[in-house]
Amino acid sequence: MRFLLYEVEGSNASTPPSPALMAEMGKLIEETTKAGILLATGGLGARSTRVRSSSGKLSVTDGPFTEAKELTGGFALIEVKTKEEAIEWAKRFRRIVGDGESVVQEVFR
Amino acid sequence: MAVTAADAHRAIDAVWRIESPRLIAGLTRIVRDVGLAEDLAQDALVAAVEQWPESGVPDNPGAWLMATAKHRAIDRLRRNERLDRKHDELGRELEAAQKMSTAVPESGGEFGDDLLRLVFIACHPVLSTEARVALTLRLLGGLSTDEIARAFLVPEPTVAQRIVRAKRTLTAARVPFEVPTGADLAARLDSVLGVIYLIFNEGYSATAGDDWMRPALCLDALRLGRLVAELLPREPEAHGLVALMEIQASRTNARVGPSGEPILLLDQNRGQWDQLLIRRGLAALDRAEALGGALGPYALQAAIAACHARARTAAETDWAQIAALYDALAQLAYSPVVEINRAVAYGMAFGPAAGLELADALCSEPTLRSYHLLPSVRGDLLAKLGRSDEARSEFERAAALTRNARERDLLLERAAACSRS
Repeated sequence: MRFLLYEVEGSNASTPPSPALMAEMGKLIEETTKAGILLATGGLGARSTRVRSSSGKLSVTDGPFTEAKELTGGFALIEVKTKEEAIEWAKRFRRIVGDGESVVQEVFR
Repeated sequence: MAVTAADAHRAIDAVWRIESPRLIAGLTRIVRDVGLAEDLAQDALVAAVEQWPESGVPDNPGAWLMATAKHRAIDRLRRNERLDRKHDELGRELEAAQKMSTAVPESGGEFGDDLLRLVFIACHPVLSTEARVALTLRLLGGLSTDEIARAFLVPEPTVAQRIVRAKRTLTAARVPFEVPTGADLAARLDSVLGVIYLIFNEGYSATAGDDWMRPALCLDALRLGRLVAELLPREPEAHGLVALMEIQASRTNARVGPSGEPILLLDQNRGQWDQLLIRRGLAALDRAEALGGALGPYALQAAIAACHARARTAAETDWAQIAALYDALAQLAYSPVVEINRAVAYGMAFGPAAGLELADALCSEPTLRSYHLLPSVRGDLLAKLGRSDEARSEFERAAALTRNARERDLLLERAAACSRS
């Protein structure tokens, strides 16, 4: 099973991570790579643009979108056997980065 | 939301799958006996199952399991000491280890070394192939004996016994807990990679009706392969095997049709190939090639798979390159099956007559006598040369030899098509 792990936050939270935090994250990425479960990671730009279709009419809106929780920071695509295993990795991530919210969502192939 | 006992058990299973290889590896370093180490790790698991549903999963579950296992080790040794004084030294070593660190060591470094030593023990040549496979899945994949049994379609007691015997054999042979060096390394790594590829193929050959544990073996093998390649980054064949498995796994969705029928490589919808796994496979192959030297059998097979992966359509396949890679593979690791594939590649690259010449040379090969692939390949080449009668009898012979009903239908269809032409 594949899961996408990503952070959601209000769009105002965008302080750059400290070097210590980056080092801890680096270790976690190394650990998941060695465990053979990490398929891909990526960072996300601070600003997003939405392309909507409503009654067949397309509109393009630049963020930030204050009304909704946005996907921020980074994401990891992992391949594990169970949802619980994905959750355990998300917990390990949260223990490093501290307060905030991570989403664990299955990705179908 | 209330946490049910079932939730708690699933969470413990997840922690176990992540932590058990490192736990067993770390314990083996201390007690120098993989059987004892696994028993201690199991003791710690039992304690977790008893306590975690009440207390919750601890913040650092790996450290908790290690500390608990070490306590059990000391308890056991104290108990045994009264019976047997020769354990004194081991007991002291353990207590010292216990005092030195109750914390789990950092990942990488020493930890990685322990895991690697455990890989080499589980795949040790004193063990039978079946034992190596079972022990590897058990110690490094975190699978239960029941899961291994279901995956390999054998009764659970058989697997349990295989593992018990394997651990006994390792103890009796006093197999050291170390990473082999020098000339030894190549042969021992060969065994490790062979075990991993065998696990992968077992999963890859699973069919629709099978227990999901069988296809899941591909994932177990990929995980193990990636682990070994990370721990032995300078071994080209470790990367070669990973590349081969990633690219083969990329075709999982495309290789079976809607009613479960197998779809041959050239007929697959390439849009269904998993581009992420292909990219990972090509990157692993690059790593193998970047290490220099001639490619080994896994890297060569990966390079062949990569030729297919790079072609956007079947017609764009670089058959001349594939034929050259099969030439190299046949020189390095000749087998009649490699030779059949070489004949197919020659047929595609240089015309059916060139392919048939290689295929005909295999007709006296005794190991292929009851294998459907040779007559099926010869049938195809003969049909392309317009020798319909010979082609038909080859397809019929192949149909009689295959054990796969859907493949038989396909071959009989081709035989019938020859009669019409």
